[in-house]
Amino acid sequence: MISQYEANIATTLGSLKDVINLSDSMSKGRDGKIRIKAKSKSNTAIYVLVMVLLGLTVLAFLTFDYKDIDFGKAIADTLHNIKTVFLQPKLTRDTTVGVLYQLFVTFCLGTLSTIFGAILAFFCSLLCAKNIANQTVANIFKSFVALIRAIPTVLWVLIFAVSAGLGSVAAVIGLTFHSFAYLTKVYAEAIEEVDEGTIEALRASGANFWQIVFQAVVPASRSYLVAWTFMRFEINFTNAVAMGAAAGAGGIGFNLFMAGSFYFDLNEMGLLTYVVVIAVVVLEFVSTKIKAKAK
Amino acid sequence: MKLNKDTENVFKKRKITYTIVFVGVLIVYFIASTVTKFHLWDGLVSIPKAIVWMGEKLVPDAAAMAKLPKILKKLFETALLSVAVTVIAAIIAFFFSLLGSKTTKVNGIVNRLVRIVAAFFRNVPDVVWAMLLMFSFGQNILTGFFALFFTTFGLLTRAFIETIDEVSSSCVEALDATGATFIQTVFQGIIPASITEIITWVLYMIETNIRSSTLIGMLTATGIGYLFDLYYKRLDFASAGLIVISMVVLVITIEGVSNRIRKVIQ
Amino acid sequence: MPILEFKDVSKTYNNVTKALQEVSFSIEEGEFVSIIGPSGAGKSTLLRCINRLVDASSGVIIFDGQDITDVKKKELRKVRTKTGMIFQHYNLVDRLSVIENVLHGTLGQKSTISGMTGHYTEEEKEKAFGIINELGLADQAYKRCDELSGGQKQRVGIARAIMQQPKLILCDEPIASLDPKASKTIMDHLSNINRNKKITCIVNLHQVDVAMKYSERIIGVAEGRIVFDGPPEQLSEEMIHQIYQSNSSDLITDVGYAQ
Repeated sequence: MISQYEANIATTLGSLKDVINLSDSMSKGRDGKIRIKAKSKSNTAIYVLVMVLLGLTVLAFLTFDYKDIDFGKAIADTLHNIKTVFLQPKLTRDTTVGVLYQLFVTFCLGTLSTIFGAILAFFCSLLCAKNIANQTVANIFKSFVALIRAIPTVLWVLIFAVSAGLGSVAAVIGLTFHSFAYLTKVYAEAIEEVDEGTIEALRASGANFWQIVFQAVVPASRSYLVAWTFMRFEINFTNAVAMGAAAGAGGIGFNLFMAGSFYFDLNEMGLLTYVVVIAVVVLEFVSTKIKAKAK
Repeated sequence: MKLNKDTENVFKKRKITYTIVFVGVLIVYFIASTVTKFHLWDGLVSIPKAIVWMGEKLVPDAAAMAKLPKILKKLFETALLSVAVTVIAAIIAFFFSLLGSKTTKVNGIVNRLVRIVAAFFRNVPDVVWAMLLMFSFGQNILTGFFALFFTTFGLLTRAFIETIDEVSSSCVEALDATGATFIQTVFQGIIPASITEIITWVLYMIETNIRSSTLIGMLTATGIGYLFDLYYKRLDFASAGLIVISMVVLVITIEGVSNRIRKVIQ
Repeated sequence: MPILEFKDVSKTYNNVTKALQEVSFSIEEGEFVSIIGPSGAGKSTLLRCINRLVDASSGVIIFDGQDITDVKKKELRKVRTKTGMIFQHYNLVDRLSVIENVLHGTLGQKSTISGMTGHYTEEEKEKAFGIINELGLADQAYKRCDELSGGQKQRVGIARAIMQQPKLILCDEPIASLDPKASKTIMDHLSNINRNKKITCIVNLHQVDVAMKYSERIIGVAEGRIVFDGPPEQLSEEMIHQIYQSNSSDLITDVGYAQ
């Protein structure tokens, strides 16, 4: 009991003493209360950004043109359709072999555009990476690539469809453009991570540009390059499905489009969706394995 | 001497790896191009053709410029849509990801369930949602909204789960040890610890959704995608070109602003 | 009456790894106890059983006269408010200010809403400032924790624990990531707190010399068992050897059995 009492006195005395020194380290806000937040630009920036985003969201919902939609009915219908699509999938028009073949076509579209995109992006990223390329050249190429990336894939496909006709050529070239621009950016970032010392050592030993690239840069950033390429392959596969649906590029996406927007066959649409989902999950699984192996 | 031999071996091994990869890619290329009936030559020829065509036809003329206000209005609507979809999806995904994260130790079964649901929404293509919602919502902006919402929600849930597990597990342990409640831990620990990562993801998804909404717009006859499709099919390439240019300006602006924000909030 | 009592406490992870095996000991109020042992010996698990960040598989833990082995939710929170914890990697919320991190020590006593919104009373704030002043951090109060050095971060960790007004402070390798000078500062602060505020301290350490210098009592743990318990004077060279070399000697006996 006594020791507790003593301790209390000690703390009280201690805090009394502290109050005297404290006044200069404590600062008070406009409301007269003690401030506790850190004085930092980044906290303010986050606060402003969150407020702006929420404000824009509210503005969006206020300005949307809802066209007097019957919300209750629309939701009920949606739920009913979701039930048909996901719980009653059935193949009515296509054959199993046909569906699998079209899935393979989509897979091949994704593969081709990834191969082309990766090869082009590899060389272009060498010109964009600040640690091995000329600064001016790097900046010019980076802006050029940003320009290509800003245009959605579907617009690229439609643009090429004019000169090459709707079909696999337009689809592959269109898909390639966006993957090329995306991969250039991420490859260049991966290359910029390579240790400056490694490059310098080779340069000092009299190695030329390509020797530096293949003996230092590629081995050092290999795992990143492989990881990004397969990540892009997954995106390209999904994009190839979308291009089949929206730009007549063939593959399982086109079957989906026909089932959904032409025959209004929800059951078949469900089955095709499951095929795509399973394919994506398998791709994700395989690419995770390959990425782990490349480390 | 031994060192030299070792290095030689490394170089030899590297040479073999490069050759195997090269041959492998070549084989895959031949199979894929046969299956898709893709001809490299046609593809290569189409590129200069397309560039010349873009230079000639995709240039906005006076008539196209007259449509600029209309185009900008649709583009603004698309940008707002992307922001709204991403923000709403992010808020829901954040609370959902708390249930899916290992750090918060909510419940093993709930944990797995959340991950499966997120994987489902992430992997069902947005075009499927778009077509599905067309039946019930029709040519309405909400069709695009929900189509983008589902995929964004799935993607962000996974991203947030990873972020929370990576960034905040140590401070969650500390706050647990002080006797803080779950909600206090979320607001005082998890949110401050992971907010920069969360914002980076949100900005990235806004950018992605602007591009995706073009495609969704074509399928659901709404927004900027519909307008492009309309001009394109009418062969009014000058106006279509104006859309492409405005979109490039918008996306590059947003990318620039996001990069700046990312630097400031570090 | 002891403030903490372990009776035959065991912990098994995934039904295989035995982290603790029938550990029993008791600690009196006001003691400064160091737990030493090689990494993986179960020190960290032992400490976390006390505030139930880890649940014991069997045995009884009595803290402050209460059986806390199976307490749930509200009761568990109450127990945790009475025990402060200090971590090897500080476990602060890096983006928040020093003072906000210190105020986190009050969360267990606050209503959910005011804790969630980070609403603290002026009294609490003044108390927090008092504590960081004692720890020599007054000038850092408004800095973000990621701007601090390791030693300063650990002092914030200590301040957060004191803010709870705990009866017991648990320190999990508090100086393992610090340089010698910062380590001394931290250990001195812990020692002062123990003496002046009469708070019981249990410190996991792997530096034997530090343990010898600061504590009144040392518990040696090896392979989930207590192999030594007594004042530092009794900790012989041989004993230290036994605590830290237990792995290799075990290996030899294992081989002996196999033959």
